Amino acid sequence: MELEHFKYDNKIVKYFSIATVVFGLVGMLVGLIIATQLFLPELNLGIQYTTFGRLRPLHTNAIIFAFVGNAMFAGVYYSMQRLLKARMFSDLLSYVHFWGWQLIIVAAAITLPLGMTSSKEYAELEWPIDIAITLIWVVFGINMIGTILKRRERHMYVAIWFYIATFVTVAVLHVVNSFAIPVTLFKSYSWYAGVQDALVQWWYGHNAVAFFLTTPFLGLMYYYLPKAANRPVYSYKLSIIHFWSLIFIYIWAGPHHLLYTSLPDWAQSLGVVFSIMLIAPSWGGMLNGLLTLRGAWDRVREDPVLKFMVVAVTAYGMSTLEGPLLSIKSVNAIAHFTDWIIAHVHVGGLGWNGFLTFGMLYWLIPRMWGTKLFSTKLANVHFWIGTLGIIVYVLPMYTSGVVQSLMWKNFNAEGFLEYPNFLETVTQIVPLYMMRAIGGLLYLTGAVIMVVNLVKTAKQGTFIPEESAEAPALEKKKMVGGYWHNRLERKPVIFTSLVLVAILIGGVVEMVPTFLIKSNVPTIASVKPYTPLELHGRDLYIREGCNNCHTQMVRPFRSETVRYKGEYSKAGEFVYDHPFLWGSKRTGPDLHRVGGAYNSVWHFNHMLDPTSTSPGSIMPPYPWLYEQKINIERTAGKIKALRTVGVPYEEGYEDVANEDLKEQAAEIVADLKASDVDIPETAEIVALIAYLQRLGTDIKAEKTVEK
Amino acid sequence: MFKYYFEQIHNVAIWPIISLSIFFVFFVGLIVYVWKIKKPYIHHMQDMPLQDDNHMPNQPSKS
Repeated sequence: MELEHFKYDNKIVKYFSIATVVFGLVGMLVGLIIATQLFLPELNLGIQYTTFGRLRPLHTNAIIFAFVGNAMFAGVYYSMQRLLKARMFSDLLSYVHFWGWQLIIVAAAITLPLGMTSSKEYAELEWPIDIAITLIWVVFGINMIGTILKRRERHMYVAIWFYIATFVTVAVLHVVNSFAIPVTLFKSYSWYAGVQDALVQWWYGHNAVAFFLTTPFLGLMYYYLPKAANRPVYSYKLSIIHFWSLIFIYIWAGPHHLLYTSLPDWAQSLGVVFSIMLIAPSWGGMLNGLLTLRGAWDRVREDPVLKFMVVAVTAYGMSTLEGPLLSIKSVNAIAHFTDWIIAHVHVGGLGWNGFLTFGMLYWLIPRMWGTKLFSTKLANVHFWIGTLGIIVYVLPMYTSGVVQSLMWKNFNAEGFLEYPNFLETVTQIVPLYMMRAIGGLLYLTGAVIMVVNLVKTAKQGTFIPEESAEAPALEKKKMVGGYWHNRLERKPVIFTSLVLVAILIGGVVEMVPTFLIKSNVPTIASVKPYTPLELHGRDLYIREGCNNCHTQMVRPFRSETVRYKGEYSKAGEFVYDHPFLWGSKRTGPDLHRVGGAYNSVWHFNHMLDPTSTSPGSIMPPYPWLYEQKINIERTAGKIKALRTVGVPYEEGYEDVANEDLKEQAAEIVADLKASDVDIPETAEIVALIAYLQRLGTDIKAEKTVEK
Repeated sequence: MFKYYFEQIHNVAIWPIISLSIFFVFFVGLIVYVWKIKKPYIHHMQDMPLQDDNHMPNQPSKS
């Protein structure tokens, strides 16, 4: 068979590698800033664009989509060409993909601090950017499938399967979760409401972790770890089982983010069972990675690439054991809403994604520049400072999570809460927040050392933009025989379809009943849609990212119903919540029953200076809410959009809505005036107070009716 | 909307049974396949990442 000569495109790998490093540093720096704000709230410098609520989504998006995303693309573009013995399908698509992705990142970096957010975690970007993500993702997919179709290697290596699963699943997740009705260019309401929105969001959120942070990196592990160790993967058979069982089971586990919430019980149980089952494929993959080093452990001592990869795979093993354990309801009851979860995700983020990326870059850069690593010593320094950073980060967070949770739940001998003031449980853990920031600083310092090392490495070598290769063309002859999986690997389109089927089954089984069976979300007659002013207030709550620190979900525990002085949250209370705002972390107290708990002037003073009403509070002041005005011209659009997604505002209500708005605002202003506080009716704070005072009160009306 | 057609589904319990059956069949099939897989194919596949490297000599696979 005649050999064909072709060239691998290293330039696109170089581009994505540079973007990885740049956005990695930015994302980590933003993380360090918000970590510091938790013990030094003034660090937002009084600017509304730099508060914790707005920067936290910027940190998570930068790390997930900019740092890990670019690292994934760099790794995929390098390994895919070589595993398939073909240049990427289209250079044009490669660069459209690269520049498109970077533009999306820039758009995110601008819009998130401006408060343009959907509030749904890791899917905060507003609808025009969501559409851009979809288009660029399709470009990536066409480029990838195109390369597979013109490959010169008949069989697809297991890494390619993971890349295909990543592409297919992220596409499905992103499209389904992003359904929203636009109000303006940068404001939309989720298509789903309440419990259903929560289920879709955490089906997305959990599987974003699974298919954006895990499967592509497992693909990278299956390529770069054998490369770095210079020996084949421990068991290829295990990798087949690993792949299919992982993608099959992962998609079901989303509801473990919603344990003890208003999600129907059967869906919670389903999530728990599948989460526990996940230990098996996850550990299969981890062991397959670690055992690849059998007989080569001596090299781990010398080679920084292997060091990073060993810690990465170990971190993967730890967080994938911890994840299922956290999904057990009794463990979840302690860990959920606390810093334990922050520790858990950072074992995965800093350890698995970060260290695998670092290991890959230390391996890739010298090869693409045809040289040796500038300094192994510096790489070792990076390794140790990074490892220390992870430890100093996660240990205080585990401690803080457990301490705070136990304080929340602690009853004294008389049967009262030992720490009725939420703030007591916060001031207790502030020193741990300080230690965590030091951990983050160490980790970031390590990353800076890596940049220096990699730049010096590149300078001492010469970049090889095109790498020559040769391979015989794939014979067109009809292949018969082999077991079904051998045949599957030769037919990428069928393979991709099967992956799609495997990941859809879980989503369908969980979502269809919740969406279609009315008894799953019992309605409550007294729960009414928000008034126009409350709607404005709710949108401010979303803009300021309040949901990043405050939950709206009182779980059915005595410690919570006593602390928050009301009933636990019911599914029927959220039927008009587009989007749901249950939150996932209680840096501050739950707010679902805050309506009526304080008077309006308390909220007025609290938002202006939280420490005036709550000494020791780590919440930043929000002075701009008193100067900025709500735009009442938007009211009609909001009402119309919400009616489209099913909120029962009467036809034509949008024309008179502002009259109701002004009336309610006048009441609040009069109430404030009684306490000697003057504020214009259109000030943002008035709308926010209206929303906060409404929260969780509808169900109280129900009781009065019953009496 | 189409969703009203499905409101008649009373037997939610059928869903987990369907899921269990799908899983059972799927995993048994997967294990049978992996059991019967041929050695040369495995060797070919697992050596793939090492074949493209011009910088380092390939080590023969051990298994």
